Amino acid sequence: MRMGPNLLVTLQGNLEDTTVEQIERAVTHEVARYASTGVLIDVSGLSIVDSFVARVIARLVAMVRLLGADATIVGLQPAVAITLVELGVPMGHVRTARNAEQGMARLRALRRERVDSA
Amino acid sequence: MTLMTAAPAVRIAVNGEADLLRVRSALRAQAQLAGLRLTAETKLVTAGSELARNIVRYATYGQGVVDIELLTMGERSGVRAVFVDHGPGIPDLDAALRDGWSTGGSLGLGLPGARRLVDEFSIESGATGTTVAIEQWSR
Repeated sequence: MRMGPNLLVTLQGNLEDTTVEQIERAVTHEVARYASTGVLIDVSGLSIVDSFVARVIARLVAMVRLLGADATIVGLQPAVAITLVELGVPMGHVRTARNAEQGMARLRALRRERVDSA
Repeated sequence: MTLMTAAPAVRIAVNGEADLLRVRSALRAQAQLAGLRLTAETKLVTAGSELARNIVRYATYGQGVVDIELLTMGERSGVRAVFVDHGPGIPDLDAALRDGWSTGGSLGLGLPGARRLVDEFSIESGATGTTVAIEQWSR
């Protein structure tokens, strides 16, 4: 879903591997096509994120950044966060926010930083 | 204290990626029956997802079975899940249990990650296949 210069992506339910990869492709195409400046990825509807899904999310964030936009993950469930840390998935470069509102605020702040430093 | 099986095992045949969803759902249902806390439940489902994916990726024709059962020991209850395949086996089990070791182009977190997420973990692997058993218990 597009919200001005930002793209809102909602991941929910019990996702198949191929579905996750389809979403990844669709998002990168949308970002390039509409020159989005920010992508908010809402994962609050995911009750499980295993190493495969985590890797795709981390890869998506890296791709969005290469396309010149910023990405923020919002709404990670606490049990999922604990599990990801113990699983050992490297997600250090992934920016997160507690909810969509904070996420949008973060994307706006990142946008300002980019504009100021340009 | 004796370990008892509280209910007949649920068996799920793994033949492809779509079956990962069935394994996750079945594990979640059993975890809720066992009264596991949400964090323990999420860890169990995640570990199961990693192990079922290993079957799809590495076993012969990506086929295997998962047996899930509810256990009780005194006041505590738990879930035991056994992942069996008749694939080529894991040649170097010690290496496969270390983070970052992968022959399939993944992060190599499947086995060591799954082991960290559950209360009990055991693995046997040989030329006729691999069996991984995991257990998660209520506190």
